[in-house]
Amino acid sequence: MNMMTDNRQRLVVIGNGMAGMRTIEELLNHEAGRRYHITVFGAEPHVNYNRIMLSSVLAGDKSLDEIVINPLEWYEDNGIRLFTGDPVTAIDRQAKTVQAASGLRVRYDQLLIATGSRPLAPPIAGLGLPGVCAFRDIADVNKMLEAARLHRRAVVIGGGLLGLEAAWGLKQRGMSVALVHLMPTLMERQLDAAAGQLLQRDLDRRGIAFFTNGQTEEILGTERAEGVQLTDGRSIPADLVVLAIGIRPNIDLARAAGLDVSRGICVFDDMRTSDPDIFAVGECTEHRGEIFGLVAPLWDQAKVCAAHLAGDETAVFTSQTLSTRLKITGVDVFSAGALMAADETDDEITLRDDGQGLYKKIILRDGRLVGVVLYGDATDGQWYLQLMRDKADVSLLRDRLVFGRALAEGGANKPAGPDFSAMPGETQICGCNGVSKDTIVAAIKDKKFTSLSDVRAHTKASASCGQCTSLVEGLLAFTAGVDAKAGKKTLCDCTEAGHDEIRQAILAQTLKTMESIRAAFGWKKPEGCHKCRPALNYYLLCAWPGEYHDDSRSRFVNERLHANIQKDGTYSVVPRMWGGVTTPSELRAIASVAEKFSIPTVKLTGGQRIDLLGVKKEDLPAVWADLNSAGMVSGHAYGKALRTVKTCVGSEWCRFGTQDSTGLGIKLEKLAWGSWTPHKVKLAVSGCPRNCAEATIKDLGVICVEAGYDLVVGGNGGVEVRVADPLARVATEEEVLEYAGAFLQLYREEAHYLERTAPWIVRVGLAYVKQRIVEDAIGRGALYGRFLHSQKYVQADPWAERARDPEAREFAPLLMEA
Amino acid sequence: MAYSWKKIGPVESIPVQGARRLGFLIEGQPVAIFRTVEQGLFALIDVCPHRQGPLSEGIICGATVTCPLHNWVIRLDNGTAVGPDEGQTTSLPVRIVAGEIQIGVPHTSEEAAA
Repeated sequence: MNMMTDNRQRLVVIGNGMAGMRTIEELLNHEAGRRYHITVFGAEPHVNYNRIMLSSVLAGDKSLDEIVINPLEWYEDNGIRLFTGDPVTAIDRQAKTVQAASGLRVRYDQLLIATGSRPLAPPIAGLGLPGVCAFRDIADVNKMLEAARLHRRAVVIGGGLLGLEAAWGLKQRGMSVALVHLMPTLMERQLDAAAGQLLQRDLDRRGIAFFTNGQTEEILGTERAEGVQLTDGRSIPADLVVLAIGIRPNIDLARAAGLDVSRGICVFDDMRTSDPDIFAVGECTEHRGEIFGLVAPLWDQAKVCAAHLAGDETAVFTSQTLSTRLKITGVDVFSAGALMAADETDDEITLRDDGQGLYKKIILRDGRLVGVVLYGDATDGQWYLQLMRDKADVSLLRDRLVFGRALAEGGANKPAGPDFSAMPGETQICGCNGVSKDTIVAAIKDKKFTSLSDVRAHTKASASCGQCTSLVEGLLAFTAGVDAKAGKKTLCDCTEAGHDEIRQAILAQTLKTMESIRAAFGWKKPEGCHKCRPALNYYLLCAWPGEYHDDSRSRFVNERLHANIQKDGTYSVVPRMWGGVTTPSELRAIASVAEKFSIPTVKLTGGQRIDLLGVKKEDLPAVWADLNSAGMVSGHAYGKALRTVKTCVGSEWCRFGTQDSTGLGIKLEKLAWGSWTPHKVKLAVSGCPRNCAEATIKDLGVICVEAGYDLVVGGNGGVEVRVADPLARVATEEEVLEYAGAFLQLYREEAHYLERTAPWIVRVGLAYVKQRIVEDAIGRGALYGRFLHSQKYVQADPWAERARDPEAREFAPLLMEA
Repeated sequence: MAYSWKKIGPVESIPVQGARRLGFLIEGQPVAIFRTVEQGLFALIDVCPHRQGPLSEGIICGATVTCPLHNWVIRLDNGTAVGPDEGQTTSLPVRIVAGEIQIGVPHTSEEAAA
């Protein structure tokens, strides 16, 4: 008998994490769910956030704000009482109350335990030292970020999913990272040895040092962590030690309350514990002997638990085959089910291409797929997973199955990608947010969505880690007939037209203003947007040199102010140093400027120049004027433009030098400086094949040899390192300049805005570039001619121009008048 | 709330599709004046609700500005982020009297400054 004046049932939730709050979200979706008065206790001092995305926060891809799932307003709007930073300390099942650390005691009719898990700690000395942490919650991430700011060396213990993501995040934050793993290969529970080795090789190349077969003996240090000692005698210095060796369900509270526990809190198929008024969901649970560490089954648990709380007694939780992916940019890993044949009746089929870093293995049992491991290309992961979950008979596909969906399903006429019509409605598309095909299809139909961004904003599918973006696009095409992929190739959301179409029209229809382009193509927004305006401004500058007037209002701040905005709102200034050569008087002028304007940091750049960092906006014109008067001009270090020409000393000084690489570099820089390009452009000239100027990772590189000059193009030294392709060998400096100018002009005229030379060459093919630059001598001459013509109008120092410009007053703040 | 109007210079001191910061803080925060193609003038606390970027350095399209740090699009009229991003920076009243821009400074902040 309910004796309360508020006749709603009291539901108390212990744990404000992902599983608990997802259950409440699901419950609120039920009409009957509104009959509860809900109280939530959370041990952490935060609202509910997406724990899976902590690795993205660590890597700097997301902010903490961006991973909040439900802000405070959500709790308020739904009448949920929330106590954060107040862990529950005891459950009294007789009195039906919970006791919190603050002393608060709350009655319940139904109780939901969602206490999650805690990091496993190995039994070693030194765990309590400052500089040692786990990788579990926001507090841990904050500790790691602070360590990354103040210290240099990190050791991560544990080479599973979490440990690898921690290591990669710390690496991204600039630390030198070592990873200790107990087993011989990484992620051994999700990957077989071959895939684990490929993963280790790739991450090793990215600068993470691995200590496999490494058993930690103790964490060294007295005041704080100083290193990690392994039992085999190896010792690794460290300022930060991160423990990521696994998790253990938090069951203490349930055990003390007398509930059945084993490794986790035992739950039945309806998510009830051994006490029918107490439910449990999430990583704290154990269901049919299985415990949980991935998010997908927790969403299923939440749904089932909510159904029962809402009075639907039919819902049943079943554990599905799970898949794993790793959230490290550029590392594509997928696994599900068995990792290897269990006995000789199982069959393993393997495809391996070491050159491309590609590995695929499938495991077959009685004509059905029971396991898959993909490394290097995980596009077909969901397809394999569905075949496993459907227990589909794949005997007919057997000889093609390992090659992936497109080949296995045979046909050139059959489009690659999932078959959405055959896909069951409950198939989960977005693992991070637990969004099913049905939910996405319903949203697209009900709200008449036609763009990926709408679907993402409203269903949250692909809004977290983004790995399922192509699936969501596919569903959009399937449901609404909108080709999101084709849509992506448009210049921006203002138009249906693509880059090439617009560039052709600019020339064919002599369009010379942004307004005329927007009118010709029926732009949706009269003034365009921040994406199309810089692109159109560039396309017009490139097409109509000397005629089109650059629109500074359509430039990104760096190009408008001719300086790089820094995260604190100050700017950095880099004067040009031709070919990396300077003089005592230039250095003196730079030193004077730095002192006069109290510039906090003076740093050498990778492009052989000097960077003045921390200049206030209002000081920029005066800084430029001082540098100008010493003969220096803007280095365009801020622009989609020619940046630097890096050189070695060459035959003038070096005993190996074959040609005057420094002199040639200066000539190249004098030729090309000031030109605006689709993206930044870096050049280099090396005096011999030892290649000290690193010409093979530049947009255009010259390597001097006795017989002349080797030209290479399309190199890149960024995140995706790409070695340049050989273009041609030429005999004279004059030819180098002509080929270089022609190549730059071809890139300027034909690449898409914000496309570096590397992806551009990949897109159009090296053969095409060779044909235009090497084989077609007349065409090359014409390109070079157009480059020289265009250069006539841009080789004026933008610093001197800006300082004279009437808009220069903009650099000063507006003052209050008397 | 009551405002007192402060003169900050002629309209032409702000470029069309441009913005300038004020040389003084209001309630401890930097403020910028924005001018649109349609000749609208707007004043916002110059702090993006996302990661505190300087909105005054963004590209202005219609009556919105795009933050230069992470491309959030902020409405100039009320300072709210254009969906689905959520957030808001404070907008302040501006008016033009005889070609001079005036900004409304809340009284509370004046008293606090005094």
